[in-house]
Parts: sequence; structure tokens; C-alpha cells
Amino acid sequence: MILLALVFAPFFAVVLPFLVAQRGRTWIAVATAIAPLIALSLLLSQTSQVLEGDVISFKQVWISQLGLNLSFRLDGLSYLFSLLILGIGLLVILYARYYLSEQERVARFFTCLLLFMGSMLGLVLAGNLLLMLIFWELTSLSSFLLIGFWSQQSAARQGARMALAVTGGGGLALLAGILVIGHVVGSYELVDVLAAGELLKAHTLYPVALVLVLLGVFTKSAQFPFHFWLPHAMSAPTPVSAYLHSATMVKAGVFLLARLYPLLSGTEWWFYLVTFTGLTTLLVGAVTALFQNDLKGLLAYSTISHLGLITLLFGLDSDLAPVAAIFHIINHATFKASLFMAAGIIDHETGSRDMRRINGLWKYMPHTAVLAMVASSAMAGVPLLNGFLSKEMFFSETLHQHLLGSFSWLLPAMATLAGAFSVAYSLRFIHDVFFNGTPINLPKFPPHEPPRYMKIPVEVLVFCCLLVGVLPAWTISSLLAVAAQASLGHVLPEYDLAIWHGFNMPLLMSFIALIGGIAIYAQRAPLVRWYEGLPDINGRVIFEGIVRLLFGSVSRTLSYIENGSLQRYISLLLIAVVVMLIVWLTPLSRVTGEVALTPVDPLTALGLGVMALSALLTMGFHRQRLTALLMLSVVGLVVAMVFARFSAPDLALTQLVVEVVTILLMLLVVYFLPAQAPIESSSLLRLRDFIIAACCGGLMSVLTFAVLTRPYESIADFFLANSLTGGGGTNVVNVILVDFRGFDTLGEISVLGITAIATVALLQGLSLPRARVDNRGRPWSTETYPMVLGMLARLILPLALLVSVFIFLRGHNEPGGGFIAGLITAVALILLQVAYGQRWVQTRMGLRFPDLAAAGVLIATATGLASLPLGYPFLTSTFAHINVPFIGEIEVASAMLFDLGVYFTVVGGTLLILSGLGRIGHTVKLPEEL
Amino acid sequence: MELLVAITIGVLTFSGIYLILRARTFSVALGLTLFSYAVNLFLFVMGRLHTGQPAVLNDASSYTDPVPQALVLTAIVIGFAMTSFVLILALRAYTELGSDHVDGVEKTKKITGLGRNKQNKKKRTGAKR
Repeated sequence: MILLALVFAPFFAVVLPFLVAQRGRTWIAVATAIAPLIALSLLLSQTSQVLEGDVISFKQVWISQLGLNLSFRLDGLSYLFSLLILGIGLLVILYARYYLSEQERVARFFTCLLLFMGSMLGLVLAGNLLLMLIFWELTSLSSFLLIGFWSQQSAARQGARMALAVTGGGGLALLAGILVIGHVVGSYELVDVLAAGELLKAHTLYPVALVLVLLGVFTKSAQFPFHFWLPHAMSAPTPVSAYLHSATMVKAGVFLLARLYPLLSGTEWWFYLVTFTGLTTLLVGAVTALFQNDLKGLLAYSTISHLGLITLLFGLDSDLAPVAAIFHIINHATFKASLFMAAGIIDHETGSRDMRRINGLWKYMPHTAVLAMVASSAMAGVPLLNGFLSKEMFFSETLHQHLLGSFSWLLPAMATLAGAFSVAYSLRFIHDVFFNGTPINLPKFPPHEPPRYMKIPVEVLVFCCLLVGVLPAWTISSLLAVAAQASLGHVLPEYDLAIWHGFNMPLLMSFIALIGGIAIYAQRAPLVRWYEGLPDINGRVIFEGIVRLLFGSVSRTLSYIENGSLQRYISLLLIAVVVMLIVWLTPLSRVTGEVALTPVDPLTALGLGVMALSALLTMGFHRQRLTALLMLSVVGLVVAMVFARFSAPDLALTQLVVEVVTILLMLLVVYFLPAQAPIESSSLLRLRDFIIAACCGGLMSVLTFAVLTRPYESIADFFLANSLTGGGGTNVVNVILVDFRGFDTLGEISVLGITAIATVALLQGLSLPRARVDNRGRPWSTETYPMVLGMLARLILPLALLVSVFIFLRGHNEPGGGFIAGLITAVALILLQVAYGQRWVQTRMGLRFPDLAAAGVLIATATGLASLPLGYPFLTSTFAHINVPFIGEIEVASAMLFDLGVYFTVVGGTLLILSGLGRIGHTVKLPEEL
Repeated sequence: MELLVAITIGVLTFSGIYLILRARTFSVALGLTLFSYAVNLFLFVMGRLHTGQPAVLNDASSYTDPVPQALVLTAIVIGFAMTSFVLILALRAYTELGSDHVDGVEKTKKITGLGRNKQNKKKRTGAKR
């Protein structure tokens, strides 16, 4: 539980900065610090146990099908990293309080920082690889937000995008790698995975898993050739650079190397891949760092170089190398974070980061200068500072590897060279900034010391550098030992953390590096010329180029497929349908199945013939819209007859009434649209459409026939058996609609209501010119409301209402029901509207159609909800038999009320659609037009 | 009878789809209506062809399949809602754009692939900045 609280404290605290956002930076910073302080105290409470070598774990099954558990694990390694994350995190919060100005979105910044802190804690404490990956991606995301914090600058946005693309891509590779590991090992739990090292290394998939995991590691820890994102991430605010891009996030990659060390290391693949990537990164970073003119650029490349050093150490095949690597992780985090903070102070006070302009600051800010000088000495590996110790260990480890055979001298030589360059750039950081003449044209002049509290974090870190450097055995050795042991997975070899080991090879290498570095810096002028003469291989340009290439090819492909013609899309879609149908129908050996055909009766055959003919005529006359419409209505009516013929009275009734409403609606629309359509498709295009349509039609026929002549099993028996006993009605179709599948029907009437309201919205403010003559020039009748129709409509209305009540009531037992009754009522009311106008009907009805539709949906929902308080699931129905005098026994079912809801929705929805169209004709009927 | 029904459904599909592929909104609406007739019939006959056996419980020994009927009944109503929405959308588009072409512009002014691409490019670079 402690672990759970530890990881999630920062996540729960993300709202705190916003709660005090109006109270200024100090309040926000204090609110932000609460969660890390709690987490830190929780962590420290476990110190004694961890130092004894205990592993504290927590496991809660989460998604067992995936092997994803909410499991956390606190051992020496994760303790060390958590300590770095929380400790440096708190210092960064204090620093950022003074770094950010009052006008910036301070609360947002601290929220992102907390988000990152939580993700990072989760990453190092996760006891399940999949869980770890989730936090891994969360660090990428929060880092994206933090790099892009100054989103008004294009450099910040580009840097953030690049970091996300590179680390996110690496995260995908890592995911694949983890899946491979899980596949081989059979579990994602760290305990099981770490114990299965031999199994994995013997497996054929080992190289695949290794390369994928290393891709994730190398992108995250900015190893060559993926290092280019880190310098661009420097457009982030400096607290972010200090925290994410030197102390913690970029360490996630090397953390993974340490974590999976027992699982993956010890093979030639591992040695060559990790060692040489580390070596290349070490050299490229160190050399490039010297030539940076941007203060943070120098530190960024130096970070890359040190990450390379750590990676290189993990690659070496000795037991002591990982110890040195972990030691260097701690040391680098302390001195580099303090250097970044010092760089931030300089930037803050001078307004510039260009080392060609910042000179001679010793006079103006001696306190900061001392701190920065101590820290960069640690970076250079000067004795009595922590950097010296780990660098010494590094040199001695490079001497102890033998896998390269006669080329074994290569590694120590390269290491010394890189050491010399790191001395040179450290020297440049000190000399160029604090001495070397006077400041040149600074935006803020004269610079002065920053606020007192802004220096405290730097002081704390620099003090740590000194303390560890002078008294390693007393301060860090026990923690380092448990961390290294947790990483290695077995007992540590003998080693001695002392400043003085006597005169030996590593000391000589350190000496050479120190002298060489001073010499390089002294002779930098020809080197700078050489560097500037190098071809400019800019990672950003290549990256942007690749992105642009991808975007270009995608948009070309898209513009070919998606050329803006809807006809083309539909035809492509239909061609796909035809292909799929052919693919699925081909395995049929023959079309006709074994079921005997029903006999043909002439009347039905005639009806079907009429239907087919009318459909073809609709197609043929589609340019004469009115004619096409008439043909279409014939098809619809025959469809109703077909329903009636094949035992579906409910469908026949529904189709009949819907047909009337649809055709009426289409007539209204035809009135406003051009009466005729021009011929515009080329004959070739029409031939193509004809072929597509013929294929679809033909295949549809084949499919229908094939299905109809084959036997089938239906779930109908259940409904037939339970309709009366369970639903209390004999009309099974209606009982299915309002009872068995009531939820579906509720959804459907909601759709009807929504559509009706959408049409009202579409018709809002629409005004159409009203034609006074038809297309042959004959004037339209000006008599708006014919008397005969009016009289008839008035007569029909009560009759129609009576019929609909009848249909509604009997619906549960005989063909009928809410849908049909609603449509009949709607048709009667529409007839009245045609005769007297929409406003006339509306004023006399006293009910607004939207209200009616909404009431319908609400009644149906309320009926469903009524069963909940009684302890039944939603939409459970009940029924009872009631004896009514004179009429006899009738049955009352709660489903009836539901059907009433359906009725109201259908009436309201249908009228809403049609009366809306009727209204737009009226709005333009201005007096002067008539 | 099955053969006749199958052919009729095929013809309805054929004419419906041909009309859906036309360039004018009203033709498309006609096509959609025809096609939805075809689909409704298709779904309905999936319960097979029964004569004189409605699914209303009485003393009869066998009944038609009520499940496809219930499906088709709601499909008819929803189909109406859909058709009316399409029609009114077409009407709105006609008044707003001055054309009843499905692409919203007359063929003579039709957007070519190249022009559209350029537009996209402009949009993208704009977003980048």
C-alpha cells in the first residue's frame, strides 16, 4: 500500500496547483511540493528495510487476460531512482518558483511537472513490464507538454514534437520487445522475467527482443543516432532541462538497462550493440559539446556524452562495470542538474545564453560562479569531487575488458580521448562564461546575483558533489551497494570506493585526460575552424525532411483516392462490396439449396413483376422527377402488398402508412428543387455505374436465392413460446418490439426524435423562392386551400383518430401497435395541414410537436425506469387482466405504456419533419409576391 | 416463388444503386429509398416465405418467423426518418450552395485532385506556423 501511495501521490496532487493558481507563485510552489514531500517521507520510512536488501512489493491483479498487473517493487535500484526523482524534483520546484515569471502559466507548469514526477516514479517502481511501459509513455507525454511549455515559440513546439516522435517511436519498439519477452517467458511480472534470463538468451527470439528493447532505451536516453532530439528539447524552460533532460527522464533508458541487466546482458549481441553505441555517443557528444555556443547546448551534448558513458559501462562484460554505471548515474544527476540550474540563473540574469556574448561574469555574480565552477569541475572529473570517482572506475573498467582481442587498447584510448574533451568543454564553460574579457552587448546589463532562494537548490546539489567526492565510503557506498546488487541480481564483487588507489593506470589516464583537455582548450582556434568546416549534418533537418517526405507521400496517395467526388467514393465502396460478395459466395458449390421451392401463384408473380418494372422505370425517368416519384410510390405500395402476402400484416400496415408520408415529403421537396436534372455524366461513367449496379443487383439476387433455398434455424421458437406467458400478448411482432427488445425500440424512437429535431435545425432560417409558374409556364393555382379537401379532411380526422386508437389498443394481441397508430394519426393531421395550413393546425392543437416527440421518448424511458425501484432490471414489463363492464376482460400490460411512448414519438417526429417543410413555403409568401 | 422474389430484390438493388451513383441529390434520395426497399425485403425474406401464417398466436400449428418482421418494422420507420433527413439536407444544400450536385458544386467548377492537394498543403503549412 505504501508503494501505491508513493506512486499515485503526485497524480492525485495535480489539481492542487490549480486550486491556488490565483494566489501567486509561492503558494503554487508550496502546493506542488506537498505530494513529493509526502512521497519522500514514505520512501525514507522504508530506508532501513531496503538497505538490508529486502524487496518490498505490492501486487493487485488488474487485467489478468493481458498479464497486466498493478504491481510495484521497491528494491535498492528503484529506491535510488525514486530518491533522485523526489529529491531533485523538490529542488527543481523551489528553483522554478523563482525562474518562472508571474505572467506565465505557473500552475499549468507545476501540474505538468507533478504529472511527470508521478510517471517517472511509476516507471522506476513498476513490478510489471507492461505497467512500466504505460508509465514510460506517460513520461514521454508529460515531457512533450513540458518542452512545449512556451508554446508561443516555434522552436519549443518543434522540439516538443521531435522529442515525442523519437521517444514515442522508441516506446513502440519497446512495447514490441516487451511483448516478445512476455511471449518467451510467459509472464510480464518482473520477478518471473528476471529469473528467466537463461531461457530468453537461449531462445531464437532473443536478438529480436534485445534489439527492440535497446531501440526503446537508446531513443529515451538520447544515444547516437537518436541523440538529436535532446539538444532541441533545450527550448524547454531550464527547470525542465535540469530535471527531465539531465537528471531523470533521459536516465529512464539506462535505468531499463540496469533493471533488465540479468535478463538481457552477457551475450555478444549485448556487448557489441550496447558498448559501441555507448562509445560512439560518448565521443560524438563530448566533441560536439566543445563547439556549442549555446550554454544549454553545451550542457545538452555533455549530457548525451555522459549517457553514452553510462551505456558503455553497462555493455562491458565485468561485474563491476554496472556498479560504476549506477554510481555515475547518481553523480551525473547531481552535477548536471546543478549546472543546468546555474545556466538558467545566468540566462535569467543576462537575458542571453550565447557564450560568445556572456563573458567575465565573475565580477557580477561571484557566488553563482563558484557554484558553477565546482559543478563543472565535477563534470570534468577533478579529484575530490564525485565525478572523479566514477570516472576513475570507468577508466579502470575499460582496461578490464578482453572481448575485443588485440583491439582491446581501443576502448581505454577512446575513453581517455573523450575524457580529455569533457575536460575541455568543462573548462570552456568556466572560462568563457566567468572570465575571458567583458560581457558583449547583453540584453540585461549589468547582471547581478539571483534571489537568495534560487541559489539554494544549486548549493544543495554542489554540496552533495563535494560530500560524495570527499567521503564516498560514508555517504553513498551502502546505497550504491544495494542498488547495484538489485540491478545485478547476485552478490557484488569486491570493490573499494576510495579517492586514492595508489599510482595506477586509471590515475594516469585521468592525468592524461586533464592535461589533454587543457591543451585542447588552449589550442581550440584551429579545432573550431575544423569543426566549422565539417559538413553540417543537422539531425533536425533530416528529421523534418523525413517527416515532410512522409506527409507528402501520404497526401499524394490520399489526394488520389480522395479527390473530392462523392460519386467516386461510393463507387469504390460498392466495388469493394462486390469483391467481398464474390469472395464469400465463390465457395458455394451451387446456388440452389436443398429446400423445395414454394409454388408460384400468378397474382403474386404479377405483383412482383409490377414492382420490378416500376423500379426500372424510376431509374429510367429519374431526370423527370415527378414521374420518377410516381413510379417510386408504386414500388412502395407493392412492397406493402408483398408483406401482406407473406404473413406480415404489421409490416404491411406500417409500410402502407410510411409510404404515404414519404411520398408526401418528397413531393414537397420536388416542389423546391429543379424539376429536371441535366445529363452530365459521360456515357463511359454511366456504363461504369451501370456495371457496378448490375453486379450488386445480380449478387444480391444470388445471395437471396441461395439463402432462401437452404434450411435454417431460428430463435423464433423462444419468442413464440414466451410471448403470451412472458409478455402478455399474442401478436409476437409487437411483443418483441415493446417487450423483449424494448431497449432497441427505445433507441430507435430516440433516433426518430433526434432526426426530427435535426431537420428543424436544418430548416432554420431557410427561405425559398416560390415559383409562380410551373416549368411549362403554366401558372400555379393561387387558391391556397381547396374547400373540398378541407371538408374531407375535417371529416376524416375523427375517423382516423378512432382507427388509430383501435389499432393501438389491439396492437398487443392483433396486428397493430404504437408505430402504426402513430403513423395513421400523423397522416390524418398532415391531411389537415395540407387543407388548412400548418399554422391553422398548430394553433388548434395546442401542442407543440417537439414537445410531443420528447414526451414520447420520456414516457417510454419512464416506463422502463419504473421497474427499477421494484427491484427488476430496466424495462421489465408486467401485465394484468382487468374485467371492464360491457366490454369484458381486457389485458393491461405495462408494455402498453411503453407503446404509448412510441406512439407519441412517431406522431411528434413525423409532424415535425413535414410541418417544418410546409412552413418554409409560407415564409416567402409575401403580400407583394402574390 | 423464391426465384421470383430473389430476382425482384436484385432489380430493386440494381436500380437503387444506379440512382445512388448519380450526381443529383434528388436522384440519390430516390435511389436510397429504392435500396432501402430492397434491403427491407431482403431482411424480411430471411425468415423465409410463409403463406397465411402470421405470427399472431392462435390455434395454428406453425407460425412465420416474427424476429425479422420486428427488425424490419423499426427499419421502415428509421428508414423514413433517414430519407427525410437526407431530403431536407439536400434542400438546405441546394439553397446554400445554389446547386443540387452531390459535391455541392457544378461539374464545370469541379475541384480537381491537384487543386485540392494545393489547398491541403496550404492548410498544413499554416498549421505548422
